[in-house]
Amino acid sequence: MDLLYLFIFAVSAFFTILVVALIGYFTVKFRRRNPDDVGADIHGSLALELGWTFIPFVLSMVMFGWGASLFFRLATPPANAMEVFVVGKQWMWKVQHPEGVREINELHVPTGRPVRITLGSEDVLHDFSLPAFRVKMDAVPGKLTTMWFEATKVGTYHIFCAEYCGTKHSGMIGQVIVMTPQDYEVWLSGGRSTGTAVENGERLFTDLACVTCHKPDSTGRGPSLLGVYGSTVKLTDGRNVVADENYLRESIMNSQAKVVAGYQGIMPTFQGMVTEENLMQLIAYIKTLKPAAPEAKK
Amino acid sequence: MATETAPARQSYLDAPYGLAAWLLTKDHKRIAMLYLISITVFFAIGGLFALGIRIELLTPKGDFVAADTYNKLFTMHGVVMIFFFLIPSIPATLGNFLIPIMCGTKDLAFPRINLLSWYLYVIGGTLAIAAVATGGLDTGWTFYTPYSTQASQTSVTMAAMAAFIAGFSSILTGFNFIVTIHRMRAPGLTWFRLPLFVWAQYATSLVMILGTPVIAITLLLVMAERTLHFPIFDPKIGGDPVLFQHLFWFYSHPAVYIMILPGMGVVSELVAAVSRKQIFGYAFVAFSSLAIAILGFLVWGHHLFVSSQSIYAGLVFSIITMLVAVPSAVKTFNWAATMYKGSVTWESPTYWVIGFMGLFLIGGLTGLFLATLGLDIHLTDTYFVVAHFHYIMVGGAIMAFLGGIHFWWPKMTGRMYPESLAKASAILVFSGFNMTFFPQFLLGYMGMPRRYHSYPDEFQVLNIASTFGATILGLGYGLCLVYLLWSLKRGAIAPANPWGAKGLEWEKTQSPPTTFNFEEDVIVTEPAYNYAGSGKVHHG
Repeated sequence: MDLLYLFIFAVSAFFTILVVALIGYFTVKFRRRNPDDVGADIHGSLALELGWTFIPFVLSMVMFGWGASLFFRLATPPANAMEVFVVGKQWMWKVQHPEGVREINELHVPTGRPVRITLGSEDVLHDFSLPAFRVKMDAVPGKLTTMWFEATKVGTYHIFCAEYCGTKHSGMIGQVIVMTPQDYEVWLSGGRSTGTAVENGERLFTDLACVTCHKPDSTGRGPSLLGVYGSTVKLTDGRNVVADENYLRESIMNSQAKVVAGYQGIMPTFQGMVTEENLMQLIAYIKTLKPAAPEAKK
Repeated sequence: MATETAPARQSYLDAPYGLAAWLLTKDHKRIAMLYLISITVFFAIGGLFALGIRIELLTPKGDFVAADTYNKLFTMHGVVMIFFFLIPSIPATLGNFLIPIMCGTKDLAFPRINLLSWYLYVIGGTLAIAAVATGGLDTGWTFYTPYSTQASQTSVTMAAMAAFIAGFSSILTGFNFIVTIHRMRAPGLTWFRLPLFVWAQYATSLVMILGTPVIAITLLLVMAERTLHFPIFDPKIGGDPVLFQHLFWFYSHPAVYIMILPGMGVVSELVAAVSRKQIFGYAFVAFSSLAIAILGFLVWGHHLFVSSQSIYAGLVFSIITMLVAVPSAVKTFNWAATMYKGSVTWESPTYWVIGFMGLFLIGGLTGLFLATLGLDIHLTDTYFVVAHFHYIMVGGAIMAFLGGIHFWWPKMTGRMYPESLAKASAILVFSGFNMTFFPQFLLGYMGMPRRYHSYPDEFQVLNIASTFGATILGLGYGLCLVYLLWSLKRGAIAPANPWGAKGLEWEKTQSPPTTFNFEEDVIVTEPAYNYAGSGKVHHG
């Protein structure tokens, strides 16, 4: 990424110097010597016009391609990434590790392991910005977003809120604390765990009575959720959607929006009953629900 | 020339005056002057807000003003400078004054609508001031939802109404220019004989009439959600906050071109005049204005790369944004090439033009970093963005605006200003500007977010440098204001054509022009900037 910076910087510096030098040279060399002088009768040159259309075009396309490939890498977290849930609210960051450890305005991570962050917001827009790792992502109320990074060096790095969110926007800051994997394990075991995200999600699934309709087999009033995450779901209006995190979130908060074909839209909405963190726990649990192995089906 | 020897006729300034005559005038030149006075007032107000911001940022702790006050300062700085200074700046002053003259006609197509647009601007501006007085505004000039519709405790509705009304002033001005340029050109004045300033204003007017209605609707929706809880943007009641960003930037990105395109038009005029040479590649410069206006409508999503917009949409917006670099580069090279074998003067307008080119180059090229998807993720919402858009909108647009004001001041007021002070002011503004905003590129690269009232200690040195530069920048603007005001009474009387420039405004009107501009009907027989064709130029 920093190589791309250098490339664009070099191109920019070259053109700045070129144009400044040309202007400097022309304004001095062709300065007006007699008050009545006029310039030469030159109207243009097609070759030059095509040249300075084509060259910037090619250079900008190189920048685009390079930047786009980088962007795709940043938008696709590796499969082996550890997952951390982060919720922004005015004006703090709430972090929960998969093992259940929670922290506020701090994020402990080990070196050498990609970290995938699932990001939500309880109120207005925020943005989880980690300048040392060259990544940031908006926390958007009403949906979940993701980002990822991998730390390579032990140290302490800034967390900033980069999307303006009101009075203490500039106080919505914190630290990423990067530790060796061994230190990280020690830190995790010393943390105040209140159950893992999946365990909490499972408990909520029962407490909120989701389980009474979403039975493991197809006998419930709602569709079975086994293997639903990542699958393609057919809706009553004939559309197909991929059941990603945002689909699950929407179905919990606004259950009538996308009803699965073959079922009635009778599920109550949980808007206002579950927090963003609860949602993330529920989704973490639903993600673990795998269909029974084929032989068991027989 | 005839105007030297003939006894000067009564100029538009000497025509019946008194408050009523000015406030009910239908003369495009007087309306331009009304605009010039009012935008200068708003520029001073916006500048005071900026002063507050720069003092606060001298120290890492938020100790000069409270956090809420700081948030209001940067919000109102943005709202005032963008909606009430930059957008009307060149079109409503120089455009109003020059377009009818450059088209060889007596006035704009709809003089009464022109006056109406100034009144709408004043009503909008008054409401904006009222919003400042009754609690201010703390949403950022971007009015992002759901903060603006459900969280902010400030006068959001009144401020949105102010921008809403000012928008109509912009629509009417654009509409008036388009009709005038189509229908009122003098005999012989074909499209390709028009000065490039007129082409640039034409492109700008298209953006004004096509883009402004969208922001008007968007602001209405914000007001409706805020006051009536009409669910549009707030997800708690079923809305979508990202929808707001799409609607907002659909206008507000093209709005950047409303600010810079007229500046490019001014620079095209000035480069030709200070070099006394036909502009290099006239058609390419003219059509690049239109290309920028059209492409400008297709790039709004580059403000949303980290907003949860689809990554494929991000790809499309990035590649189209890159294309904007092409017509911008074409213009820059053509301006430089115009000076080749020219007869380049070192009078004060040259200083402003060269200053514009330096700042516009940096502003434009740093746009490449932001258009590049992978890099924007790091740079967006940091001071890099702040520096970039100030280079374009302040460095580019205000440098061009002041260059144009200096170039046409003798025509507009009939007076000359002191040359040496004008050069000093251009140098102060140029160097003060760079000292203010160049450090902000570095701050952004280091990760300092925008809109921060307090910040980590490591960013202090560059912030002090920036505040120091802003002081020099302020002195430069202040000096300019002082000698221009001074020149109104004490400046030397300007001849009809002090620069020895081509163009209807210099060759066919006196300084300042009479109310109906021309003594006789204009017939155009030559292309614009026909310096070589006329041999030696005539002074005086």
